[in-house]
Amino acid sequence: MSELRTVKVDGAEIDVPQDYTLLQACEAAGAEIPRFCFHERLSIAGNCRMCLIEVKGGPPKPVASCAMNVRDLRPGPEGAPPEMLTRSPMVRKAREGVMEFLLINHPLDCPICDQGGECDLQDQAMAYGVDGSRFHENKRAVEDKYIGPLVKTTMTRCIHCTRCIRFAAEVAGAPDLGATGRGEDMEITTYLEAAMGSELQGNVIDLCPVGALTSRPYEFHARPWELTKTESVDAMDAVGSAIRVDTRGREVMRILPRTNEDVNEEWISDKTRFIWDGLRTQRLDRPYVRRDGRLVAATWGEAFMNVAEAVGRSSGEKIAALAGPLAGVEEMYALRVLMERLGSPHFDSRPAGSVLAPKNGRASYLFNTTIAGIEAADAILIVGSNPRHEAAVLNARIRKHFRATNLPIALVGEVADLTYPAEHLGSGPQALDALLAGEGAFAGVLAEAKRPLVIVGQGALTRADGAAILSRAAALATNGERDEGWNGLCVLHDAASAVGGLDIGFVPGEGGLATAGIVAAAGRGDLDVVILLGEDDVDMSALGSAHVVYIGTHGDAGAHRADVILPAATYTEKSATYVNTEGRVQMTARAAFPPGEAREDWAVLRALSDSLSATLPFDDLNALRGQMYQAHPHLAAIDGIAAGDLADVRALAEAGGDIDPAPIANRIDDFYLTNPIARASAVMAECSALASSTLAAAAE
Amino acid sequence: MAVRRLAADQPTTFAFSADNRAWAGREIAKYPEGRAASAVIALLWRVQEQEGWVSEPAIRVVAEMLDMPRIRVLEVATFYTMFQLQPVGRVAHVQVCGTTPCWLRGANDLKDVCRQRIHGDQHALSEDGRFSWEEVECLGACVNAPMIQIGADTFEDLDRGSFEAILDALADGRPVTPGPQTERMRAAPAGGLTSLLEVPEADTATEELPPTGSGDRPAGALDAPRGDADDLKKISGVGPKLEGILNDLGIFHYDQIAGWSPDTVAWVDEHLKFKGRIDREDWIGQAKVLAAGGETDFSRRASADSETD
Repeated sequence: MSELRTVKVDGAEIDVPQDYTLLQACEAAGAEIPRFCFHERLSIAGNCRMCLIEVKGGPPKPVASCAMNVRDLRPGPEGAPPEMLTRSPMVRKAREGVMEFLLINHPLDCPICDQGGECDLQDQAMAYGVDGSRFHENKRAVEDKYIGPLVKTTMTRCIHCTRCIRFAAEVAGAPDLGATGRGEDMEITTYLEAAMGSELQGNVIDLCPVGALTSRPYEFHARPWELTKTESVDAMDAVGSAIRVDTRGREVMRILPRTNEDVNEEWISDKTRFIWDGLRTQRLDRPYVRRDGRLVAATWGEAFMNVAEAVGRSSGEKIAALAGPLAGVEEMYALRVLMERLGSPHFDSRPAGSVLAPKNGRASYLFNTTIAGIEAADAILIVGSNPRHEAAVLNARIRKHFRATNLPIALVGEVADLTYPAEHLGSGPQALDALLAGEGAFAGVLAEAKRPLVIVGQGALTRADGAAILSRAAALATNGERDEGWNGLCVLHDAASAVGGLDIGFVPGEGGLATAGIVAAAGRGDLDVVILLGEDDVDMSALGSAHVVYIGTHGDAGAHRADVILPAATYTEKSATYVNTEGRVQMTARAAFPPGEAREDWAVLRALSDSLSATLPFDDLNALRGQMYQAHPHLAAIDGIAAGDLADVRALAEAGGDIDPAPIANRIDDFYLTNPIARASAVMAECSALASSTLAAAAE
Repeated sequence: MAVRRLAADQPTTFAFSADNRAWAGREIAKYPEGRAASAVIALLWRVQEQEGWVSEPAIRVVAEMLDMPRIRVLEVATFYTMFQLQPVGRVAHVQVCGTTPCWLRGANDLKDVCRQRIHGDQHALSEDGRFSWEEVECLGACVNAPMIQIGADTFEDLDRGSFEAILDALADGRPVTPGPQTERMRAAPAGGLTSLLEVPEADTATEELPPTGSGDRPAGALDAPRGDADDLKKISGVGPKLEGILNDLGIFHYDQIAGWSPDTVAWVDEHLKFKGRIDREDWIGQAKVLAAGGETDFSRRASADSETD
């Protein structure tokens, strides 16, 4: 932070850092500065001219406050602090002039504009606009551009702030957007109107200060003032982005980001934003029971009876449970207690083959540096992961840090366009041995780094030699001289349920089978009942003759295989705890009710336990949470992170093990279709088809 | 200026000729590592010199050569109106200046010729594909208005007839001469000189002067300096020119000036044609100091200057 300087804003003195812009200084002093092109997280363009203020002793004309530093202010007479005026008649007149120019070519179509009601131009026109027009010429009209299935364009409304261009180039790292022509003929477009290629492109909708870029799926669906806003947390990946769920009645109309500087800043991925049409389609809205090979609608009583019969015929060790990527901590806790009461050690929430385990300590499975901690790193090694697909917003944070510091980044595993350059050290884990042996330039970088990040993806941790890879990653993160307390081992999860499941020990008990083992045992006929808590990712055809109980929300793979379907609630329809990849405990809020007869997952499990004569010891969510918090106190600290112990990582580094030189494959091959909700979404399907056709075209 | 878009019909490929590719390599090498994008305008211009216009495949090729996103190259190509985004005539692309001076001098006639002989619309090819035209902003020779530019050549002082003659010559493959299409020499006045008709009177006063040593020469004037002449330029107001005149008048020394009578002053003043300057600048006073071996402020500065030179 540079030295403070005293400035005067509208007569009040305030000390601000020298590197502040005048706009920031005025805001620090409490003055409101209108703006269109300026955005805190983008570079400064200075082209909308709305933020004009008067600087005393400066040029005899208004100054664009976003584009001038406090450092560059001339002192007042006799060393008095420089003075800025934000409400003087000159400022007001200047801003009214700018507004009049902006409105000359802006269509008066607010009544049919989706931005209406939440439009910067509309709001500021109320403050600085005049009620009539002095412009009698033809208005400019601009053809709409196709820039993809997610962002709808109405380019006549564009005021050329270039925020979208700067976002695409700077934050998203996919410089698809540009401004062609010039002057009055300037147009925002992609090259030959190709679809934008970023998984963060939806953010340009929020950035657009007018209605030029709006959400295509949300087109003409609702008005902002008729929506109920619920602050919640995203469950599409393990980042846990802060979101706002807008509902009308019981339907989710759209999902917007909230600012959380520690997690997602103010961006969300397209999957997070446009998933909402999947919340309505393919829903399981009543229990089903399979009779004569066909699933037929049933009552809750019939469904529970069916499960009870199957469980009654079986015994505890022949029952298993799997939790899927969207399961909240509460329902996993309830299911775990139920399994223990039934006497089964076979339950798992991890992807098949995962080597992560709570017994190695929390530090062995967390993104220990935290997401915000990425910005303290001085070197990054990515092992078996494509963060762009597994945690798009986190990847943007890495890119942001790369742009700021140009730090060295290396990659072991599949080569991919990460939006920042990463030196490819090899496809197999032997590259890690080379690094440990000090071979190659990056080994030197890593050895000298004070705050390195070793990001390990699930692609590496679900292999047979996953433990050996994790051990080597831990060694690379801890070897050498690190800053005091720096824990550079970063396990990147791709499922919202992953860390929560590990936290409450939703992993096989003594003698229990893990995910792959459960599937295999069911196939062999060693298991009678398999309970799938929103689990759709295992090979359903391999479950053999086991009686499959599916507790979930969508008619996906699990429901198709199921013998009994118990309909449950999605993350927008329940209050559930999720622990993100850095170990941050967050809670969703219920924005809408589940459809039909569907109930919240914990309540389904509680009712099921009753009919299994293994009644769970809680009658409401608070009681459940009370018990859960007693067993796992760190879950009670909402928005807190119980940090892992560095000693656990050191112990992990000692473990060693043999590696298999086969190349490490990433786990996510289609960013848009990673969970049942996404697979039910028509928008995601369109994005997926587009992405694969782009990929195919690129391969030709 | 109209909205500039890429042409609807595009070739499938573009490639620089071997020479141009080598040239482009040298152009890119002018910029530091990672700053190849700086060469974008140069490369696009070379594309246009090679092909006559900038095609979409060419934009892709340039983007790849410079490691730039394609949209960035498209931005540049659409920003600058000198880049032709559609095919131009094989023989000539006529750029007619339509800015005020040319317009006043008959640019509309030239545009009419273009519309009749080439195509009704700008940027469109003539039927045989050999010509195209556009109206451009000031081409920078308003004195020779109206004018056109074809490739690197400009043709000025046009009228309907001379313009058509150029088009005819180009169509027949005959050589054309750039420059004014009238008798006029470059930007010299059309129809001959209207001013400076005689050799101007030189501003050397000596020509009018009576020969030195003439009758009314005042007392004290010398035919030659006594030994070395004094540096009269040390007197504020006397430069090399005046020093020469004074020498011609027989004035070489400070003491001569110091001793001037009012009559002599009047006489010298007459010859210098700077009425009152001698009194105004106190030449006599200055000369008295200098004659006594002293220095005036001006003489000190003057000698300091000559030393540093």
